[in-house]
Formats: sequence, structure tokens, C-alpha cells
Amino acid sequence: MVKKDVLIIGGGPAGLAAAVKLKKLGVESILILERENHLGGILRQCIHDGFGLTRFKEALSGPEYAARFVAEVQAMDIAYETSTTVLEITADKKVTAVSQKGLQEYQAKAIILTTGCRERTRGAISIPGTRPAGVYTAGVAQAYVNLKNIMVGKRIIILGSGDIGLIMARRMTLEGAKVEAVLEILPYPSGLPRNIEQCLNDYNIPLFLSHTVTDIKGKARLEGVTVSQVDEQFKPIPGTERDYACDTLILSVGLIPENELALMAGVELDSRTKGAIVDENYQTNIEGIFAAGNALHVHDLVDYVSLEAENLAEAVAEYLRQGSLPPCPILIETDSLIGYTVPQKISGLKDFQLSLRVKKPFQNCSIQISQNGELLKAKKMRKALPAEMIQIKVIKSDFLTNEIANLRISVANS
Amino acid sequence: MTRDVRSYDVLIIGAGVVGCAVARELSRYNLKIAVLEKELDVGMETSGRNSGVLHAGFNNKPGTLMAKYCVEGCLEFDQVAKELDIPFKRTGKIVVGFTEDDKKKLYQLKEQGERNGVPGLEIIGREKIKELAPYVDGEFALYSPVTGILNPFIYTIALAENARQNGVDFYFANEVLAICLANQENQPACYQLTTTKATYIGRWLINCAGLNSDKIARMMGIDDYTIYPCRGEYFILDKKAGDYLKIPAYPVPNPKEGGLGIHLTPTIDGNVLIGPSSEYIEERDNYAATQKIMDLLLKDGSRIFPYIRREFFIRNFAGIRPKLVSEEQGGYADFVIEERTETPQAINLIGIESPGLTSALPLARKVVEMVGEKEHLKEKADFNPYRQGILCFREQPLEKKKELIEQDPNYGEIICRCETITKAEILQAIHNPLGVETLVGVKNRTRAMMGRCQGGYCQTRIAELIMQEKGKEPPEVIYARQGGNMFTGRVRD
Repeated sequence: MVKKDVLIIGGGPAGLAAAVKLKKLGVESILILERENHLGGILRQCIHDGFGLTRFKEALSGPEYAARFVAEVQAMDIAYETSTTVLEITADKKVTAVSQKGLQEYQAKAIILTTGCRERTRGAISIPGTRPAGVYTAGVAQAYVNLKNIMVGKRIIILGSGDIGLIMARRMTLEGAKVEAVLEILPYPSGLPRNIEQCLNDYNIPLFLSHTVTDIKGKARLEGVTVSQVDEQFKPIPGTERDYACDTLILSVGLIPENELALMAGVELDSRTKGAIVDENYQTNIEGIFAAGNALHVHDLVDYVSLEAENLAEAVAEYLRQGSLPPCPILIETDSLIGYTVPQKISGLKDFQLSLRVKKPFQNCSIQISQNGELLKAKKMRKALPAEMIQIKVIKSDFLTNEIANLRISVANS
Repeated sequence: MTRDVRSYDVLIIGAGVVGCAVARELSRYNLKIAVLEKELDVGMETSGRNSGVLHAGFNNKPGTLMAKYCVEGCLEFDQVAKELDIPFKRTGKIVVGFTEDDKKKLYQLKEQGERNGVPGLEIIGREKIKELAPYVDGEFALYSPVTGILNPFIYTIALAENARQNGVDFYFANEVLAICLANQENQPACYQLTTTKATYIGRWLINCAGLNSDKIARMMGIDDYTIYPCRGEYFILDKKAGDYLKIPAYPVPNPKEGGLGIHLTPTIDGNVLIGPSSEYIEERDNYAATQKIMDLLLKDGSRIFPYIRREFFIRNFAGIRPKLVSEEQGGYADFVIEERTETPQAINLIGIESPGLTSALPLARKVVEMVGEKEHLKEKADFNPYRQGILCFREQPLEKKKELIEQDPNYGEIICRCETITKAEILQAIHNPLGVETLVGVKNRTRAMMGRCQGGYCQTRIAELIMQEKGKEPPEVIYARQGGNMFTGRVRD
């Protein structure tokens, strides 16, 4: 049994940022466990640029962004194990991991879950039709093209306007494939406006909103799909079917925080984020188990993943110093137009970073924070999109009272 | 172009569970045997696309071959599972009902089962249902303790591998195009088969072609069989749903629907299946799932198992029953297993639908018996009934896991995260005894890519391992079927 102060599960952007910050805060006994043979997580396959504009004030590619943190981890001599998969974690913070070197058990004082997210699949959204080769999730297609030098197809339909799907529309076009169309079941895009502009509009790739794939054809390899328009309830409208010949269907239909290990330890999840329910310290319901990054909630920009992990690191450092953190009995409630918030509960005793998403697009609105029916703070926004995470720094003096009274977050049209 | 000509004592057409069982049972004797399969692996059609239930035999009419072989196949399966090293569990099964009419039908089923020789059948009430299946709804049920669950891919693969061990040759991508009876005077019967790949000559022909068994029969000149394809669709639910269902739960069968009704089945690996529907279709290979049936499955499934949640959906699939009678004729016919006088030494197995998986070995022994009636079968001294499967790392205790990694470090490298499948297991699957090289071949042998991320994490790694181990370029990697190429080429040369 190897003892560590902090075990970080997942060496992607969140895990790396947490490790570097912890070390800067004087925590020495850290170990990062990474299942892949390199640090960097999903960034390794994101070879497009646009990372780091917030964090580093410059545009970096994914691997460059990751390399900055990896360099710091190495320079600071932070221990890490790659090609190591965690099989189990427990509520008393025992961790079992395997690698080619063997099976290793660890005992940690704190565990940081930075396990990222996975893609929603065809099966999860139950698209009718056959099951031929040529149906890929966007991230898998991206891994083949960018990491394995393998071309997945030539004539492509993309379902879902999530950012990876948009990025792949451009990527496949640049590599000589014909992207026939991008379809989005919602009446507005799921990805960032800049990606709609730079990945679709710049290449004349049509985006059809309120459309989805209603049939997949082909016995061995994909031969075509049927596309239908949908109504407000997302039901296909009969008579709107259009057939596309294609050899590849790329799905960019959402990301789900990866929390199978969290569940093993008894971590409670939020049905909205599919990530852990955390307090302002990013601590889960299991004392000493923390979570950040896409494992906690799916972010729009990696910069915010790093910043969140750094905030988490401060709380973990405090947890290690004090042996515990103050209770957080104040719940954050939302109105029906807010998709979720992170954190979901606070102490009322300190400043915290509030992350949230709206459920539908708004123009000229304000995000309001109130307590006991009284408005504490409002953030005016010219535009609020579901694709963009909204962050509000809430400071202690914003509170009228630190009594135990829940906070309520709502959207108001101004 | 010269074609390879290969001669055998016995040619088996079709590598479904029945073809593989026949191969395995015949491999006990001194015969040169080949299995010809149009697909790239065994169990690619009906055998791999069903509920994975080892039926007890109470659904079949007394006196039928179905009833006889099903009961026999069910009761002997502990020994079979041991010999073939396959996971198998006698979970028992409940058929739940709500109305007085249902109750009457359940008593009829019980009586029918008892006449067939099914042991332990019992009518149970709400309390016992809640005990066996706390999340299943029903007023009363027929409880069958001997019903079991198994992985139909693994069972078919195991039969084939055991046959292979005992000398049977398997030829994939060999679709039979023509059969001629090369009968010479005073010579024993002899069949010449032309496939898409080669020519085969055999003294015996065993037609185990399932959905295409009527076509094969027609090639021999027997034109009075017609297979009516009847599709059944399924949902596969996450293992998280498996916590709520440990025993197959069926509704009272409605004879008009043709199948056993839309039921809930835990799989041997811990998932839950909802299905199958029952729908006569034109094409024999149209495995599409349809919106209409998906909606029906969820509606009907929820009636007896209200605990179905959208987030549990992993995948849909469909299977096709090779029915021997049409919907109008009632959709129910017994298994046909016969040798006709006009085609001596050709045995046709036709209409082998449910309970075909359970009945495969008894059917195979019947084939052996029929061959034995015509010629003296000499048992091989070195026949080995034991086959060893791929050891599942995930299911081993901690100490055994450590030991395995020490012996082979590839056990320490997890390729499939959702199902905890190691590189060692993937490599064993890639180098399987049957020489199957598809991605789905690895999937069916290991469960890699079957979990909730559906290969999101591991598919790229497995495709790469197949290329490395088999010396393939990207365009040569096949997903499941011929023409199902995964990739079009390299991004950069």
C-alpha cells in the first residue's frame, strides 16, 4: 500500500492544473494516475487552435496547451504514472490501479477526480436503422484522423452541432472529404458561435437546425441516412424526409461526465450535470474526494477547466492543512431556465466561483442571484447561449446574510 | 481461373449455433469435416441475435421435437458449460400475468411444461415475485427454476472452437452458390458445392443455413420449404439497470404475436435486454431497428418492468427468426430435421428458431444418429470435449489479478475501460483459433466495445492492435461483414 497526500485520477487539463497548483501551494506528496501513455488527456487529439485565449492570452493548439502544463509538472518534479488505469476507489480513499508493472494499491488523504467526459453514442439516442461500419462519434473520428493517421470516410454527414462535430466538419473537409451537412435537433446551435463561423460558414458547409437523422442505411458499410425536420417536441415531421448518400455519419450529440469511479466510492451525482454534486470547495458528498473539469460538468473552454482545477487545488490544500473543510448547508437552487449550477451548495462563509448554463438562448437578460426573495447580485448579459458556460464570481460581501437560506439563481429578461 | 477444390466427408453449411454444434458433435468421430459460412465469423445471424436464454421447454407443444430437444438441452447444460468453459447461470424465469385469463393461461403453460418434462414449475403470487424480482410488476407468475441465461456469441464460438480443436475446418466468406449431386452408379452419394471462394466436395451435406436453409434446400432440388423471416428488435440497457433485474421476466404469451412476447432479460454479463418484437419482413438480412418498434418495446417493456430509464440505453439490435410458416398460417411449426430419399446423405435442418439455441446440441446429436444409421461412425481416441475460453481479468480476485499481470504484463493494460478488458484478452481474441479478424469478432469474444461508451475509448486501440497483429493497412480492417470496411485509407502517406 503506497501512501500519498493527494491522488489525482486523470492527467488531462484539469488534473495537470490541479497538480501544479497544489505543488505551488506546498503540497509535496502528489501522484497523477493517467490511463493513456501520455499526459494531456483529450487535448492531445485537439490539434486545432483557439485554446488558451483566457488562460494564456494567446491562441494555442490543444497539444501546445497541454504541453505547457506537462512541462510544469515535469519541472516541478510532480510524480505521475501513465498507462495506468484505476480499477476502483473507495470512500475511505483507497485506490486500486493496474499497469504493465503490476497491480498497485494506494491510500490517499484526498482524491481528485479529473476523469473527463465521454461522448454520447448512437445507442444512447436510439437512432433507428441498421448498424453498419462508418458511424463514428466525433471524438473517435478525431482520434483516428489526428492521432492514428487514419481516414474514416469520404462523404460525411454530421449529426449534432457540438463543438467537436463542428471542428471535425472542418478537419474532414481539409483532408479532402465532402461534408454534406451538419444537422442539429435543437432550433439553435450547440457549439460556440466562433466554431459555427470558422468551421462551417468558412467552408460553405450547411447547418440545418431542427433536423435529425431518422434512419441509417447500409448492411456492411454505411450507404446513406434519412434526415427529417423535427417539431418543437423533437418529433420528426412526416413528409420532411430527405435521403443523403454518405459513407460516414459523425455524431456530436453531447458529452457525459465520466463518473464510474466516483459512483464506486458512493459519490452522489447531479442528474442535470451527470457530474458530482459539489460544494464551493469542489468537495463531493464523500469527505476528501473532490472533482473538477469535465468530470464535474462539461465545459465549453479548456481554460475554464484549468481555472476550476486551480480553485479546487486551493481547497484541497486547505483540506490537507485543516483536516476538514467547513460545512456547506446553503443549497443553490435554480429556476427552470437555468440548466444547472456548479457548485450546488456553499458555506456562505467565503467567495466562490459560480458556473452555470442557461437552457435556451437569451438576449439582453440578467442572471440574478437572490436569497430570501431579495436580489443579491445581477449579471447583465447581452447574449446568453446554452453553448457558453457563464461564470460569476460571488464574493462574501454580496451576501445579505450568512444565515442558512438557500440561494436562488434565475434568468430575467431586461 | 482455377478454383481450389477441397474434399471432405461432411460439409456443414452455416456456422450458427446449430452448424457449430453439429460440427462439434461430429468431430467426435473419424470424419473429415468442414463448415462453410458466408459471413466472417460464427453466430452472425439468428444465433447471436436473441435473448440469450436457455429455455426450460414449457412453451412448446408436447410431442414436438422443439419440446423434446429443448428440455434435453436445458437439463444437460451445466455439463456443456463446464466442458466449453462458458459463463452460464440458472437464474430461473418468471412469466407474469395480471388477469384471471392470464392466470388460466399460466396454469395451461405449467401443465404443458410438466407434460414436456420440465422440472420444478410453480405458480407463484405477488410476494414470491417481489422476492425473485423486486422491480417486476405482476399479480402472479409461472416460475421456472431451471431456465438459464448465457452469452449466445460465446456459446457459438465455444462450440466452433472446440470443433476446430478436434479437426474441423472453418471457411468464412464462403457463400454457397450452387450444389450438385454428383451421383455415379454404384458409387455413394457425393455433393459438389460451389461457393464464392472455392469448390467443396462432400459425401454428407448438413444444411444448417438458418435463414437461408430453404435456399440451400432449393439448390439441392427440394423446393417445398419457405422461410418467413420474422424480425425481433431489442434494446440493450446499461449494467446499472442490471441491478434491478436478476431473472428473466416474460409476459403471458399471446399466440397471435408469434413470439414469447416482449420480455425483460438480464444478460449473463449484467445488462438488461428489452424485446423482442415480432414482425414479418421481406428481407432475410434487414437488421434495422425502427422507431415504431422502439416505441412499442418501451411501452410494453415498462408494463412489467417500470424501471426503464432513457439514460440506460446503450444500443439497439435486431434478430430474425427463420419461421417455417407465415403469419397467416399461425407462425408456429416444429423443427424439421430430415434426410430425403431424393437427396441421400443430405440432412436438412429447417425452421430452427427459438428454442434453437437451447436445442442445438440435441439437434446435433440427432444429426450424428442419422449419419450413424447410414455408416459406421468410429470414435476418435483423441477427441477432447474440453475447450478453454479467454480468461476474464475483471472477474478474478485481487491476488489472481496480480498473478496474471506478473505472468503477462499485458493483463495490466486496460484497453476497454467500461468492461475492464485487458490487452492480454484483446490479443487472445485477435489470435482466436478460428482466424476471425473483424472488430466485431474481438467484441463478441471479449465484450470490449460493448459497454456504455460503445468503444469511444477503446475502438481506436483495438483497430490499431488488429492492424499491428495481423499486418493490415487501414482499408483492410473490417467491422463485421464483408464490405464493412472501417476506414478509407491513411490521412497522410
